[in-house]
Amino acid sequence: MKKKRSSTFYLLMAPVLLWLILLIVIPHLDMFFRSFRFESDNGAMVFSLNNYLSFFEDQIYWLTFVKTALYSIGVTFLAFVVTFPVAFYLTKVVAKKYSSFMVLLLLIPIWIGELVTIYGWMILLSDNGVINNFLVGVGLIDSPIVMLYTNFSMTIGLLYMSMLFMIIPMMSALESLDDSLIEAASDLGASKWTIFRQIIIPYTTPGIASGGIIVFMLVIGDYVAPNILGGKSSLWFTEQIYNKFLATFNWNEGAAFGFLLLMLSSGIIWLALRLTGQKLEKVGS
Amino acid sequence: MDHVLEIKNVTKRFGDFTAVDSVSFDVEDGGFFSILGGSGCGKTTLLRMIAGFEIETEGELLIRGESMRGIPPEKRAVNIVFQNLALFPMMNVEKNVAFGLQRQKLPQPEIQTRVTEMLERVGLVGFEKKNVNDLSGGQRQRVAIARSLVLRPSILLLDEPLGALDRKLREHMKIELKVLQKEIGTTFIYITHDQSEALVMSDKVAVMNEGRFEQLDTPKNLYKHPATSFVAGFVGENNEFDVLDYVDGRVVTENGCKIVKDGLDFQPKKLYMRPEAFILNPSPDLSDIQRIDMRIKAILFDGSNTKISAIIKESNDDVLISLPQNAEFESLKEGDDLDVGIHRDDIKCYQG
Repeated sequence: MKKKRSSTFYLLMAPVLLWLILLIVIPHLDMFFRSFRFESDNGAMVFSLNNYLSFFEDQIYWLTFVKTALYSIGVTFLAFVVTFPVAFYLTKVVAKKYSSFMVLLLLIPIWIGELVTIYGWMILLSDNGVINNFLVGVGLIDSPIVMLYTNFSMTIGLLYMSMLFMIIPMMSALESLDDSLIEAASDLGASKWTIFRQIIIPYTTPGIASGGIIVFMLVIGDYVAPNILGGKSSLWFTEQIYNKFLATFNWNEGAAFGFLLLMLSSGIIWLALRLTGQKLEKVGS
Repeated sequence: MDHVLEIKNVTKRFGDFTAVDSVSFDVEDGGFFSILGGSGCGKTTLLRMIAGFEIETEGELLIRGESMRGIPPEKRAVNIVFQNLALFPMMNVEKNVAFGLQRQKLPQPEIQTRVTEMLERVGLVGFEKKNVNDLSGGQRQRVAIARSLVLRPSILLLDEPLGALDRKLREHMKIELKVLQKEIGTTFIYITHDQSEALVMSDKVAVMNEGRFEQLDTPKNLYKHPATSFVAGFVGENNEFDVLDYVDGRVVTENGCKIVKDGLDFQPKKLYMRPEAFILNPSPDLSDIQRIDMRIKAILFDGSNTKISAIIKESNDDVLISLPQNAEFESLKEGDDLDVGIHRDDIKCYQG
């Protein structure tokens, strides 16, 4: 038996459909077809796998691709390590009225915008920047350490911009964790470490996973931090895509590279969800 | 009998607030001990101190003769069943019950045997692999109890575990808990604000008020011989009167009702008479009873718990009287005059 839908139903569905079709499906289809187009020797456009093959032929693309993947995973993990104690403190230790204010403070960098924040890090990390001046000033080092335009500075930038997106889902997961679960575990003889490993982590896994997905996506697709803080020595796959589109004007190859990045990030997220036994529906909610 | 728990002058203060005020008592091994009191009386704090989640400001706790000072919750031979049960939602029934045994690093076969044994005891065979969220309220209760009892604690602490259940199930669990306690012989310390739970299940009940024990006694004595006016008012139903004066062996209530009560060696402030202590239409030759003339205001029908709401003619004081549901009093109705008597022993007077 089919239920007749009211006109309100279609009215409410329209924006969703328009969004999905106009902003997601059509652009991706266009990119997808473009990625198989190739300009043959006589100037005609033909169907070809050459755009994808060029990725495998040149080692630099390969290495950047793998490096981007590994660093993104690393930054996501670092974001978890850095934010978990903060989230735990804000939800379980400090009083509620202070914690909401503290969260607001934590979010300030997002209000300012990525570019300005990244320039802020440049001031801190450069050879005659705040950190080096301080270290030389107190006599810990004789000459400035090169921090800017390295993988280190790039990692810091990526981490700083993305970890805030980890803290919010993690806090809401921790907030719903009843303190009596922790007390019950300790009453049954569990050490602090066991409570963390067997109670808190499994309980907050959906929160960690959804935070992790956001952070990972932001990092793997970021351009500003790798480009400005990473400098010439730190290659990021988004920079390769940028170059294809705007430096060599090879949109077809750029589209192929874009699809490779999309497949990479989807693949890693799928794998991570499988490994932690999470369902996408549960994490997404 | 040995004392499994000794509490010696234990005080707990939170800032200026004294939650538990110099409480001392012993609990005998193998008994069902209840602490009964209203919210904020300090009973939960007391329980949390026994479990080790709160540290006493003063005094000492001994479990099986050993001082618990400085011993964290995970090292104490007591286990607690939390008010909200606190079952681990990411584990199934079996893993919840095995959690404590695994912490003791017992060999896997022994854990398995003890878990199976415990699940049999609480009637949860076949539920091993079920998620705890898929169980009914009563089943969750039993998982929580099994999870603690499987560790064979010296004392099982129960923090109002029946509070969240509906009335029918609560009545059922009361009996189940009492039977379970008798079967396994572990000492239960049960805290509740529900006097019926305390009276039905316990061997001993402590009534707690404002951080102190008002009375520690058997349920029967608590009901029959309340030591203080708080106990008289808190345990069971009671008609309470403020007392104005005591002259010539007569207690005068605030509204002017005079009730004969000989031999009080103190100036009473409160007077109590239980609804079921009243005798309707007492025969004229009964001696040593106080006769009171009343008028029926309303009949509050509630099955076996039916009451008459009456007023004392002399003083207009409101009184509740139990009304047995038998043919004898079938004809009583609103506005009728009522002859009521009460044994002088059943009239309780208190100084405070």
